[in-house]
Amino acid sequence: MTDATATGGLSPPRRKLVELGQWGLIYRRFRKHKLAYWSGFIVLAIYAVALFAEFVAPYSSDRYNPRYIYSPPQMLKMFGRDQNGDLALLYVNGYKVELDPVALQRRFVIDESRVYPVGFFVKGEPYHLFGLIPAERHLIGPVDPDAPMYLWGTDRLGRDLLSRTIHGTRISMSIGLVGVTISLVLGILLGGISGYYGGWADQAVQRTIDFLKSIPTIPLWMGLAAAIPDRMDPLLVYFWITVILSLIGWTDLARVVRGRFLSLKTEDFVMAARLDGCSRQRVIWHHMVPSFTSHIVASVTLAIPAMILAETSLSFLGIGLKPPVVSWGVLLKDAQSLLALTQAPWLFLPGIPVVVAVLALNFLGDGIRDAADPYS
Amino acid sequence: MAEAIGSAAGAQSLLELRDVAKVFAPRTTFFGRGKSRPVRAVDGVSFDIRAGETLGVVGESGCGKSTVTRCILGIHEVSSGTIRYRDRDGRMIDLTALSEHERLAYCTDLRIVFQDPQASLNPRLPVIDIVGEVLKVNHLLPRSEIEGRVRELLQRVGLRPEYARRYPHAFSGGERQRVGIARALATNPRLVILDEAVSALDVSVRAQTLNLLKDLQQEFGLTYLFVSHDLSVIEYICDRVVVMYVGQIVEIANAADLFARPMHPYTEALLSALPVPDPAFKRRGRRIHLPGEVADPANRPAGCSFHPRCRFATERCKAETPALRSVAGRTVACHHAEDLALQGVNMGSSPEVQHA
Ligand SMILES: Nc1ncnc2c1ncn2[C@@H]1O[C@H](COP(=O)(O)OP(=O)(O)OP(=O)(O)O)[C@@H](O)[C@H]1O
Ligand code: SF4
Ligand SMILES: [Mg+2]
Repeated sequence: MTDATATGGLSPPRRKLVELGQWGLIYRRFRKHKLAYWSGFIVLAIYAVALFAEFVAPYSSDRYNPRYIYSPPQMLKMFGRDQNGDLALLYVNGYKVELDPVALQRRFVIDESRVYPVGFFVKGEPYHLFGLIPAERHLIGPVDPDAPMYLWGTDRLGRDLLSRTIHGTRISMSIGLVGVTISLVLGILLGGISGYYGGWADQAVQRTIDFLKSIPTIPLWMGLAAAIPDRMDPLLVYFWITVILSLIGWTDLARVVRGRFLSLKTEDFVMAARLDGCSRQRVIWHHMVPSFTSHIVASVTLAIPAMILAETSLSFLGIGLKPPVVSWGVLLKDAQSLLALTQAPWLFLPGIPVVVAVLALNFLGDGIRDAADPYS
Repeated sequence: MAEAIGSAAGAQSLLELRDVAKVFAPRTTFFGRGKSRPVRAVDGVSFDIRAGETLGVVGESGCGKSTVTRCILGIHEVSSGTIRYRDRDGRMIDLTALSEHERLAYCTDLRIVFQDPQASLNPRLPVIDIVGEVLKVNHLLPRSEIEGRVRELLQRVGLRPEYARRYPHAFSGGERQRVGIARALATNPRLVILDEAVSALDVSVRAQTLNLLKDLQQEFGLTYLFVSHDLSVIEYICDRVVVMYVGQIVEIANAADLFARPMHPYTEALLSALPVPDPAFKRRGRRIHLPGEVADPANRPAGCSFHPRCRFATERCKAETPALRSVAGRTVACHHAEDLALQGVNMGSSPEVQHA
């Protein structure tokens, strides 16, 4: 019985490994995937920003100051002396107005002689955290609440672009989550029915998916989004946009789930569970679904960035979300004009979080997908 | 007819198959014009499994061996025929007449060990859940006692009881198959179906596993239905053997008789492909080359299905299907069984060889 005792005397670390279950093994492999691992932290950080937007942002999303229209981004500098000669650990310079001799236009330039100290956890505009807890501290902001601090510059109404981008995180990132949740429910339900029962139910679901997939996405989205009445409540618009986005999203997920059900149905261990006398429910939920939850997690993670991009594109085109709602797409819409390109290129800055979020989610999803099959 | 032939006098039968057929409907394509024909995977199969014996089922790939076992286990519904099981009170129950729900009462009596030890164990569950599942869902033991029972079973199949918390990936192929055996034995079954249960294992591990199966059979008074395409394994473990060809039985015999003197040309051909265990003893005949392909169960040749490949085929064989019948105390389906003098093999273990 050499065979039976071959793995008998294991050292403790090896022993732990053999008693690792599915998620344990996936996590081990995921850890080795450095890019995905760190992307995971970035994604978490972005969602944390979305959750605590009021605290993270220096200002509210609609605070404006007509004195600082289209002011350029300031640099955050260290060790300066303010007007009173006191040392400021962190500070920003103020602005001065300059007449462009060629274009004969007024514009703001940085005035190195003015120093506004900047601090962490400073008192600023009061807000309600999660809409409930009253607070007035901000992660970062000017020590004097009325001093101008526009790290990413301002827009045509003199609103702080950084604050607006941070507030936009909430809508942009959550639209992906909500949309994916809707896709997930539809995808698992319909894909599961399709794969487990087969027959005409399968045919019906498959043909529906084929149909939905045959429609070019962009015109479909544009058509549906354009059908949303202009005067509709922004919250309802948000809801309908997610529904429209998930209308396409569920099909891929349904395919994944169906394929998994089909291949698992004839798998010996599923057969063994049936022969053990397990009910249909137990076979599905206890024996089949756990072997592809990791694949679903991966698909979902990969579906979120597509949703985020879709929302951004629709809003950018002006047929998605509209002001006063703040999302990355809505902010980028402001950068459409020629003026932005030449006079206020910082209006493109909200594109950075879009790229970062989409890349991080993609890397994360790839990592989970690769780690999902510990036996490959 | 089948009654008389399938069941030999003597030991009580545990399971009786009568004219069991399984036809797989052709796949319909979306455009509804699939040209495929129904597959008669199992076609009129009758045999008995006697209490306490090991009955072998042998035949080339695709001849319907697994389909028979699946019909017995209720994975497939039979197309026709009956499968009667003698329950613990001695009543004969027709399993094919039971609803899915009623069958559950017998799922603990009839158990299976699968071919692929890797695929048959859920990689997401620890051994204790794999082996204990049947005890749990059928409420055979209180939850608190399941772990103890699983540890006991593991020990019995030659694994350490501490392995109960491990996942299948931590075991070797042979060990995994032992886990599969432990799962089958968990319910104190009466019939264990071993569908190619050792085919996926290395040769050395295979021998150990076969010995373990023999020990367990003795200890628990098990009855085995042992499916294999490997005749040397069949010879080693089986008391009687059923030889199948394209969904039909061509010969049933005691293992010793079958190997010493096959009655059906197909059996002879199978035997001739066996490696001779001891090169000092030369095979009595040459290896018989089987021309052509295994017949397609969807398109069976008329008459004797074996005729396109049979070196004794006559006109009668092409026209008339041979029935399974008694010939000189043996059971065979061949028109010319009486007249053929077919070659058997001497296996190393037979006394005749040792005294030669
Ligand atoms: N679910 C199914 N649907 C359609 N045809 C099937 C199905 N299962 C088996 N068959 C067909 O039935 C025939 C017998 O298959 P079966 O699996 O019983 O053969 P087998 O003797 O076990 O072969 P092997 O030695 O390869 O395991 C084959 O032709 C196979 O293609
Ligand atoms: S019946 Fe004819 S063809 Fe069939 S096995 Fe016998 S001799 Fe060969
Ligand atoms: Mg088989």
